[in-house]
This record gives sequence, C-alpha cells and structure tokens, in this order.
Amino acid sequence: MANAEATNLEAHATGHDGASHDHGHPTGWRRYVYSTNHKDIGVMYLVFAIFAGVVGGLLSGAMRMELQEPGIQIFHGLAAMAYGVEGDAAIDAGKHMYNVFTTAHALIMIFFMVMPATMGGFANYFAPLMIGAPDTAFPRINNIAFWLLPPAFILLVISMFVEGPSGHMGVGGGWTMYPPYSTTGQPGPAVDFAILALHVAGVSSIMGSINLITTIFNMRAPGMTLHKMPLFAWSVLVTAFLLLLSLPVLAGGITMLLTDRNFGTSFFKPAEGGDPVLFQHLFWFFGHPEVYIMILPGFGMVSHIISTFSKKPIFGYLAMAYAMVAIGVVGFVVWAHHMYTTGLSLDVQRYFVAATMVIAVPTGVKIFSWIATMWGGSISFRTPILWAIGFIFLFTIGGVTGVVLANAGVDRSFHDTYYVVAHFHYVLSLGAVFSIFAGWYYWSPKMFGVMYNEKLANAHFWIMFVGVNLVFFPQHFLGLAGMPRRYIDYPDAFAFWNRVSSVGYYITFISMLVFFAVLIEAKIRNRRAGDNPWGEGATTLEWTLSSPPPFHQFSTLPEFDDTKAH
Amino acid sequence: MALSGLISRDRNSWIAYALTGTVLGMIGVAYAAVPLYQIFCSATGYGGTTREATDNPKGAIAREMTVRFDSNVDNGLPWKVVPARPITDKVGAVDTINFVATNLSDKVVTGHAIYNVSPEIAGSYFNKIQCFCFTEQTLQPGETVQMPVVFFVDPDLDKNQDLDTIKDITLSYTFYASDNEGS
Repeated sequence: MANAEATNLEAHATGHDGASHDHGHPTGWRRYVYSTNHKDIGVMYLVFAIFAGVVGGLLSGAMRMELQEPGIQIFHGLAAMAYGVEGDAAIDAGKHMYNVFTTAHALIMIFFMVMPATMGGFANYFAPLMIGAPDTAFPRINNIAFWLLPPAFILLVISMFVEGPSGHMGVGGGWTMYPPYSTTGQPGPAVDFAILALHVAGVSSIMGSINLITTIFNMRAPGMTLHKMPLFAWSVLVTAFLLLLSLPVLAGGITMLLTDRNFGTSFFKPAEGGDPVLFQHLFWFFGHPEVYIMILPGFGMVSHIISTFSKKPIFGYLAMAYAMVAIGVVGFVVWAHHMYTTGLSLDVQRYFVAATMVIAVPTGVKIFSWIATMWGGSISFRTPILWAIGFIFLFTIGGVTGVVLANAGVDRSFHDTYYVVAHFHYVLSLGAVFSIFAGWYYWSPKMFGVMYNEKLANAHFWIMFVGVNLVFFPQHFLGLAGMPRRYIDYPDAFAFWNRVSSVGYYITFISMLVFFAVLIEAKIRNRRAGDNPWGEGATTLEWTLSSPPPFHQFSTLPEFDDTKAH
Repeated sequence: MALSGLISRDRNSWIAYALTGTVLGMIGVAYAAVPLYQIFCSATGYGGTTREATDNPKGAIAREMTVRFDSNVDNGLPWKVVPARPITDKVGAVDTINFVATNLSDKVVTGHAIYNVSPEIAGSYFNKIQCFCFTEQTLQPGETVQMPVVFFVDPDLDKNQDLDTIKDITLSYTFYASDNEGS
C-alpha cells in the first residue's frame, strides 16, 4: 500500500517536472489565479496587503476626522449616505457606525494587512530564497491559502452592510468580539459574517503556516543547519508555530460564539451556566500570541537590514534566534494581562504581571543586539535602514509603555483608555508597519528588479515618521487624562490633543501618497536594480540571484557558505 | 534524484500531517477549556464560585462576618425577588436566610438562579448546605414563596491574608427564566 502510494508520488513528481520544462511558464491571469509559484503568490499577498491597508487606513481616517472636534462631525452624515437614515436616526446609526469602523479597521489591519504582508508576502517570497529552496513544500496549499483571503475579506465587508444590533448595520463590538454584546447584543447576521470571515482567514493562515514550517524544516540548502539559518527564516518559523498553536483556539472560541448565537448552545450565556469571561480567556490565548505574530517577522527583516547596511554580521546571532523563540513561548502564558479588570485574584495578577515583564528581557536582547550590530559598523543610511532604525525607536517606545501597562495596578486605571491605544499602535502601527516598509524598500528592488528613487522614499519615511508620531504620541496624554477608547465623542477637555492627533493623520495620509509616488516613479523610470543593490553587507542567498529572480530558482541546490552567515 | 525527491516528499507529508494534527489538537484544547474552566472555577473559587457542603465540621471562630444578599431578575422572568436582610454572625456558624419570590404573571413560570459572591476570592470559603439555586423553581400564577439558603463561611478564610480586611461578603443571585417555561 505504502509502496503503491510512493510510486504514485514519484510518477507525479516526474510528470510535473516534465510539464514545467515543456510548456514554459503560465501567462496572463492563469499565472496568478492558478499560481503555485511562491514568488508570484508572495507578490499577490503584498498587493492584497497594500489594498487592504488602504481600506483600513481610510477607515481610520474617518475616525480621526470624527474625533478632530468634540461632538459628532461626520458619522451621522456617513450613516445617512450609507444607510439612508435621517435626523436622530442618523445620529444613532452614526454612533454605531463609528464602532463598526473601529472594529473593521482593527480586523482589516491585523488579518488582511499586517499578516498577509509579513507571513504571506515577505515570508513566502524570501524564506524559500534565503534557505536555498526551489519553492515551498506545498505549492498548491500555498495557492489555496492566498485565494482564501479575498473571500474572507469580502465576508468582512458584507458584515458592514447587514444588520448587527437591531436597527443598525455592521459589527460594532471591537475586534475582540466579547460576549454578551457579540451574542445577544447584536442578533443580526453581521456578527456571523465577521466570524466566518475570521474562520476563512484563519484557515488561510494555518495552511500558510504548515507550508512554511515544512519548507523551513525540510528544504534548506545542504550545509544550512537551523543554527546557520538566516534570522528572517527563524522569525518566520517561530511565527508560523505561533499561528499554528493560537489560531485554532480563536477558531474554537468564535465557533462557540457562532453556536451560542445560532444553535442554542450556552458556552457564554450565564443564564444557562456559561461564562462570558471564558471567551475572554480563549480570545486572549489567541490574541496575545497574535501580537507577536504581527511583530516577529518584522524582527527578522530588521535584523537583516541592520546587518546589511552596517556591513557587519548581526550581533549575537544565536541569542537573536532564541530570543524570538523565547518571546514566542512566553507569549503564550501572559494572556490574562489583557483581563486585569475581570476580577482575577491577587496571586493570578502577580503571576501575569511578572510573566509579562519577563518578555521585556528577550525583547531587550533583540533591541540591544541591533544597536550593537550598528555600533562600530560602517553604516550607510540608505532608505531601508532609516525605516529599520525608525522601527527600533518606535517599537522601543511602545515596549516601554507595554511594561507600564503590564502592572496590574496601573492597568486598572489605564484599561480601555487611549493610553492602551497609543501603546499598541506604537508597537503595531508604527512598529510592524515600519518593519513592513523597511522590508519593502529592502527587497522590492530584488522582487521587481527596479530601483526606486531614494530621495522620494526617504521623504516617505520622514513624513510618515512625523505623521504617525503626531497621531499616537498625544494619545498617551489623552489616556493618562482618562479618555476612554471606542467612543465617538469626548468631553471638551480632550479637544486639543485630539486635534493634534487628527492633524498627524493627515500628514500620514500625505506620506502614503508619497509611497504611491515612489512606486509610480520607479515604474516610469525603470532603473535596473542589479543583482545586489546593497553591496557587500547583503550576504543572504536571495542576493546571489538575478533581480527579479528567475521564475524557478536553485534547480541545482546552492552550497551554503557559513563563513558569510548572518 | 528521483529517490531523494521521494524521501523529502514523504517527510513533507509527515510534517504536514503532524502539524495538521497539532491544529486539530488545539481546537480540541479550546473546547476542553470549557469543562476545565468550570472545574477550575469550582476548585479555586475563581470568579466568586461558591462551594457546596453538608455541614461544617470545623466549628465557628471569633471573627465576625456580615453576609449581604442581592437579587437581580432578568427581563425575561416576570418575578419579583426580595433578598434577605444582611446577617452578621461568627465565621463558621451555620445560618439560614430566606429570599422571597413572587410570580407577577398569570402563568406558571419556572425559573432558576445563578450566583456568585463578592469579593470573588471569598468564593471558595462560602459553603452552601441548602439552596434554592441547586434546582429550578416553579411558581404558580401570583404565588409567593420563601426560598431558603443554608450556608456557612469556612473558618479557613481567616488564614487567607488577602481577606484580612474583609468584613462583608455579598451573595448575589441573578434569576433567569428556564427554557421549559410553563404555559
């Protein structure tokens, strides 16, 4: 039996190889829709992420315009346009719509922008190249994983246009979807659509993770042991495991929500012996690793960029790799620091405070190792390292406020205020997104073979750096002053810093226009990037290939020269 | 070449199956969390979950404790429930109090109560010997009934430093209509 199956596999393998030599590469729409090529799929992920990022960014723009002044500015008008309601009904619909926007902004940015960009785009494209693999282990699974994302996104968009709470459209309960608001509070089908969107996106990520883990375990070039593997591949490996272990728990939790809503189960209904707080435990058992899922691939990319432009190997390679493993492991046992206000006993709070603060240790190892890599290096301040240094700076600020929030006593006062919003946007919106742009400016010459205008790209960096800091730094003040998150309106006392924050949004918006100008300018000028535009510092395997790399690479496996290892 | 490709394909499937198993296992863990969480709550008193007992073998101690009572009625249940007056007694003494429930509707209505105590960490010391909340209650139209609770506070509470400053424990009930509501 096993033999017959093996023979089949072999026949299939030979057949496939033959076919790809005979017919050349698929062209036109088939090349992408039927794609089993990790590079094409990676590019599709990146394009999808850019598209979703624009949608999510515009949603946050509406929020910032609303919060620019006290009172209700635009959402009653938006609700009137979108849902055709008038007068007081428009104001009520607008209030709910604001919450729908915060919810959709979060879900889109997390599941359809950051994760597709890092684990979909860069990981698919560059992890196989860096380890010297011809492709990923399961190219067809890779294809399915990508093509599940657009339907998931469409489901989420549909949820904004069907009834949530009675009389209003869309899911307004925040990305955390806590019951009872997500069960009895919003009886309409909107929550069901959002849950199904997460299910489909989750299946996509799990398939992607299985593919990447198998690739990294099985398809490294001869001589490349795990301890010689580039740090980006390490970060992808750790992240894929986090996804594999945490996403099923989210899937379980939201399935319970779904059955509570539609099939009469009572996992979270207190009336029938359930407990809504259980959902919070399940959610955050997923939710906390999720924030590391968003940032770890960025850690990997930043390590390469810092090393490349300092023309030094990364400082403390093994410590860097195992710091990521440690962050991943400890990340699974700190979830209840999101739940200090749910009545945890003092001892439980003590544990979660201590465990949370422990994460600052491996994170500090990474920060200091990046600095030590730059120290004494011959640094050339090209565009990617600007973004990488910006990442280190902003992520460290977000990390420091994270340590503040880790304290249960402090958190009692800051919980659900803008201080928390400022904190997680510093690590994600500024941290993860800056790492994505760093990766984009580092690798896009490799992916497309075209060099962008560095002056324009630097302008993108500086404008965005000013913009996002202006958006989020004042939110620390608002949070300290007690402004709660997830409200459409606020007392006049908070007006000033909200206005500053909104101005920051407009500056960030301009920086995104500059980003698209960089893309268009690069396309028009079409400067050839060359195989290795970054010089001697860029030592990983992708720089040994042409730019863009050939459709199939490494048909003879590269010998791995570990004297050049990062 | 074909052979080495074959071996790595077998290893690929092996890893993929193991990882898929991990995913299914984690979904199982999520569902296993439901009963485990209930066991955890009743074992530790987490969330103010109370204990059940038949009597108090440990006797009473000098420290006194006031126990307050609270009742809430869900919108779906046409009852009025008046909680008992606060009672102050030695920790460890067995006391009996009565809630008074009235069916305000002209139908037979079955309801049940869920409960917890505050402060929540006192839950594991709060023992109920008898409680209306152990079963469903059915009230005839307009009927008023006394619903007794027999309870004691475990004297071990005195050894818990977190509860040193606690002089009051509140036992709170929320009443819900049962699904098999009488017509």
